[in-house]
Amino acid sequence: MNIHEYQAKEILKGFGVTIQEGIVVDSPEKALQAAKQLNKDTGTSWYVVKAQIHAGGRGKGTVKETGSHGVVLAKSQEDVVPTVKGIIGGTLVTHQTGEAGKKVNKVLIAQDVYYPGDSEPKEYYLSILLDRAKGCNVIMASTEGGMDIEEVAENSPEKIVKEWIDPAIGLQGFQARKVAFGLGLSGAAFKGMVKFIFSLYKAYEATDSSMFEINPVLKTSDDKILAVDAKVDLDENALFRHKDLAELRDLSEEDPLEVEAGQSDLNYVKLDGNVGCMVNGAGLAMATMDIIKLSGGEPANFLDVGGGANATTVEAGFRIILKDPNVKAILINIFGGIVRCDRVANGVVEAYKNIGDIKVPIIVRLQGTNAEEGAKIIEDSGLKVTSAIVLKDAAEKVKEVLA
Amino acid sequence: MSVLVNKDSKIIVQGFTGSEGTFHASQMIEYGSDVVGGVTPGKGGQTHLDKPVFNTVEEAVKSTGADVSIIFVPPAFAADAIMEAADAGIKVIITITEGIPVKDMMHAKPYAKKRGATLVGPNCPGVITPGEAKVGIMPGFVFKKGKVGIVSKSGTLTYEAADQVVKAGLGITTAIGIGGDPIIGTSTKEAVELLMNDPETEGIIMIGEIGGNYEAEAAKWIQEQGNPKPVVGFIAGQTAPPGRRMGHAGAIVGGADDTAEAKMKIMKACGLHVVNSPADIGETMVKALG
Repeated sequence: MNIHEYQAKEILKGFGVTIQEGIVVDSPEKALQAAKQLNKDTGTSWYVVKAQIHAGGRGKGTVKETGSHGVVLAKSQEDVVPTVKGIIGGTLVTHQTGEAGKKVNKVLIAQDVYYPGDSEPKEYYLSILLDRAKGCNVIMASTEGGMDIEEVAENSPEKIVKEWIDPAIGLQGFQARKVAFGLGLSGAAFKGMVKFIFSLYKAYEATDSSMFEINPVLKTSDDKILAVDAKVDLDENALFRHKDLAELRDLSEEDPLEVEAGQSDLNYVKLDGNVGCMVNGAGLAMATMDIIKLSGGEPANFLDVGGGANATTVEAGFRIILKDPNVKAILINIFGGIVRCDRVANGVVEAYKNIGDIKVPIIVRLQGTNAEEGAKIIEDSGLKVTSAIVLKDAAEKVKEVLA
Repeated sequence: MSVLVNKDSKIIVQGFTGSEGTFHASQMIEYGSDVVGGVTPGKGGQTHLDKPVFNTVEEAVKSTGADVSIIFVPPAFAADAIMEAADAGIKVIITITEGIPVKDMMHAKPYAKKRGATLVGPNCPGVITPGEAKVGIMPGFVFKKGKVGIVSKSGTLTYEAADQVVKAGLGITTAIGIGGDPIIGTSTKEAVELLMNDPETEGIIMIGEIGGNYEAEAAKWIQEQGNPKPVVGFIAGQTAPPGRRMGHAGAIVGGADDTAEAKMKIMKACGLHVVNSPADIGETMVKALG
């Protein structure tokens, strides 16, 4: 589960991670007061206004309505309100949001941390994430702060320092020192970075996170180490033991259809194609999407109805898929193991009748227990539903309806 | 021959008296698997499905000689159940539970390994050796005895592949559902290796998903062995968008190397028979076996 930058920073601060201070606001009216408070707390006289959306690339992104970027420096308190007005309520488009962009409901008013001083401020990259192959966490750091790590890995992999953490004993001192030395730090900045890494790892473990990305981590001109941005991805499977973190979920950042599907215990991901699908099992669902593509269509969604496909789940699935105006056909693919195909078929017929007027062709492929009986129920229903048993047949039928 | 489970496997069910455990244990018994008892802490001494219930895995092992365990314990307690089984000397631990926190698995996996146990799963359909033992939640009737082994990250897609193979007249030696989580006990390569070493298995079907590097690792290993048996490979998620979780917690396209396309390319280069459509798995295996 993703959370906002301001939420992530608040969590990190609670574990002793030094951060760029800021105050989140949801209206331009509150922005000036926030700036004044921040000036009082930190002494800053410049303010960074940062759009709070669940996507990267905000600084280079553009607000559709105003042309403003998603992260803007205001060099006085008077500038703060007009700057906020250019961002809040607008639709921010970045390379991660797609063309539709995302609505900005909140902005973070943050202190300026790039002030001049004895040394040059310098940006670094730091992340903690799961290494699936090794089954443990890895800390990744790079001197190329502010850049996409994928790009650094591609062009200059030697600039990435990695330390794998033994889950049984946790992060050790020598490992944090290796990372800090690897970044070329010395003196107070070195000590600050070691402490920063320890606090960050503590926060990562305590929150059951699956990724922390601090990009950039800043060494200020007076050798302080600060998290300027923070991306936190929490392990959804562990939220049962973090009720407080579960509450940070922002439903307005998610696709409304996906939220609705979740309420019916359906696992749905909205895509851009023209053929909807409803499948039992995640792997078969992905494979069904692939079949749609091979048949000349594009999948409109991923939808796993789980083990117990019945009239209620099928109807909920239908209703969600049909809300997507791009859908030109629907393929239902159920491999009946424990769940019997005749019951699924009855469920499809019942759901179809409940919804009434379905305008797009439906192909139902039922295989497994009582597949023949299931096919017969579909055929005899008199509905505009085509049935198939073998997967190849289903693919052919998708091709036919798209032709 | 077969791998992991066979007619001599003595099986206990952890989370025996819960609804999932009860339903699937009775299905397993009906199939003919030798379920010798179950474990539910606090219900020791009772009888469930005509089998004894124990408080601990240790008691169950002492009393029944169990060597295989299947786990239906809820996610919050599942890692604990895995470690308890390993500590009691269970050799094959099959974990069906979906939704175990990653951090818990980070501890349970090395713990089981250190004690010499083979962990399969979590978030998997289990393992079946047709005609001998079903230790899982798969529909038993789909799997008929034969000469093809299956290794798969996905449940229903395994059934799909098995069904095609059986209808093509080949049948199954053992089907291993390795699970779709980011951290799983038995990797694709380890499961393939078991089947490569099984004299009855003549061909292998390897079904993967987007995410991670398990399929690439397995493909490279197969090539290093000189491709001793034909392997038919399929990767689900060719159309999955990057960065989105597709049902399984492990199914996210991360870097450039864990896309379906990248994996299929590596598998082809390593001499595997890669199919673009999951509808072609059975047919391709028939051709590969000549």
